[in-house]
Formats: sequence, structure tokens, C-alpha cells
Amino acid sequence: MPPVGPRSGDAIFANVERVNAELFTLTYGAIVRQLLTDLEEVEEVNKQLDQMGYNIGIRLIDEFLAKSNVSRCVDFKETAEVIAKIGFKMFLGVTASVTNWDADGTCCSIVLEDNPLVDFVELPDTCQGLYYCNILSGVVRGALEMVSMKTEISWIRDMLRGDDAFELQVKLLKQVPEEYPYKDDE
Amino acid sequence: MQFFGGTEISPVSAGVNGVGEQRPHDQDHKLMFGLLFSLKSLTAKMDPTTPDKANLGVPQLPGQGCSFHSFRTNTYKLTFMESPSGIKIILVTHPRTGDLRESLKYIYNLYVEYVVKNPLYTPGTPIRCELFNTTLDQYVRSIS
Repeated sequence: MPPVGPRSGDAIFANVERVNAELFTLTYGAIVRQLLTDLEEVEEVNKQLDQMGYNIGIRLIDEFLAKSNVSRCVDFKETAEVIAKIGFKMFLGVTASVTNWDADGTCCSIVLEDNPLVDFVELPDTCQGLYYCNILSGVVRGALEMVSMKTEISWIRDMLRGDDAFELQVKLLKQVPEEYPYKDDE
Repeated sequence: MQFFGGTEISPVSAGVNGVGEQRPHDQDHKLMFGLLFSLKSLTAKMDPTTPDKANLGVPQLPGQGCSFHSFRTNTYKLTFMESPSGIKIILVTHPRTGDLRESLKYIYNLYVEYVVKNPLYTPGTPIRCELFNTTLDQYVRSIS
């Protein structure tokens, strides 16, 4: 059986079922709006969005792996490229770029020029501390955790705060190998 | 790391040609996990193509080392697939069945569609999705 190479993000995006982009954007907006009403504190909303993203991420990783045929990444650099080029394309229809590597290759930035989540969005004065797209950082964190990478993710640039792009800093904390989950005496 | 599936519902029980006999025992999970874990470690240790090898039994990162995909005894064949996210899928079949790796990929896709996308399923718990079971059953019957 010849090994099957990874499929490109475009190819997968073209093949999966999609929903109307506006419906998607507005639904996400409605969720954030409801969280703001329910939780009142902007900080709490950030946390909740991150948690929701995390819950999505730990499931989404399997869909990603099953559909993309990506089998293994040699290093974190390749992982970041795969997230930016295949992951974002497959699930959001946009391509991101990876920049700002630190010297030991454990910290980088994923830059999104285009982000379908924020069409029609303007942050009012009362919500200045809100990371509107915090769900994305949660998704990436959750997905990477399922492939044994503990990461820390923070927003460096945010278009809703007047920057020219979205920049997500991904920092690899440690890689956890699979361990025998049972105790000897069980 | 989590071992999925109860005895009556795990993919292990869906043996092609009905060879996959099940002992209704919890120990089977541990035994199977231990077997796969050790065998993987052993195959990586035996690998002549990589010079630097970890000691036997040392846990590996996903994608590290090499991986085996099947073994055959005189009474059955076991085909194994592990996703980088740690999902392990096993098919126990008649010893003369051919290469089942494509089937395992297909089953992984079924798992994504019917289990992962089921909002009521909590990741890490035994799979109790009727739809998954019936679709898997149908598929396994179709390849036998």
C-alpha cells in the first residue's frame, strides 16, 4: 500500500460540508453576546470562550487527523505550519502564516490576516478587555493537548483593538509521552 | 490516555468472520493495552534504521519511533492503528485476511462522524452511541 501524503487544506475545505459564512459569523456573535449578558464580567467571558474552544479542540483534533491524513510532525515547527496551512484552511477557510520564531523553536506566532469570526463586529467601549476570538486560542490549545503538547496561547495583536492583523502566540510548554495508565496492583 | 469501549461495544468485538471472541472481563482492556504498548516499544527498539533508541518500556511521544500495524498467529490476525491523538483501533480477524489498514482508517472516520461529533458523548468515556455501533457493524460485515 503506497503511503498517502497529507491532503492540502484547500482540498479538504472543498470536500467538507459547509454552512453559510454569515450564519456562522452571526451565530458566534450571538454566543458571545449571550455570554456577556450572562457573565457580566469581560474577563469571565474571555475565560468561558477559551474553555468552550478547548472543548471543541479536544474533539476537533480527531476530525482533523482523520480527514487530513497528517500522520506525524517531526518537530514543533512543522506542527505550527500544519495548523496554519491545513488546520485553519480546513475549518475556517482562511490561511494563516507562521512567524516570529524564538531561538529554540518552542514559541511562534500564527498570524491571521483574515478572520471570518469578526465580520460585522466592533467592540463597544464597555467591552474593551474582551478577546472576541478567544475561542480560537482555546481550540488550538485543546487540539494540541490531545497530541501530547501542552501549550500556552495568547493574543498579541487583535484587529478589533485597532491592529492590522490577528496574531496568536503559541508557546510550547512541554510534550507529554503516553504512559501506561494502570497501576500494577489494580 | 484512555482505553475506549466496553466489551460488548468496543471495536475489538467486531471481528470479521466472527473470530473475535470476547471474554467479558475488565482485565482484557488492560491486557490489550499492555500488549500494544509493549509491542510498540519493542518494535521501536528493534528498528535497525534509527541509531538512537530509547530504552525498552520508556514511553514515547506520538509519532516517535516506528509502529507496527498487524501481527498474525495461527488462529487469528490482529490489525492495529493508532492516531496521533492516541485513539487505538484494533481488528481481530481470520488469519488469512489481507491488509486492513484502509479499513481501520475508514473506521476512524466513522468514529469521528458518529462519536466525536455526538454532543452527548463525553470524550474519554466508553462509547455508547447506537448509530456508531450499527454503522460500524454494517461496515465490518461489508468487508468480510
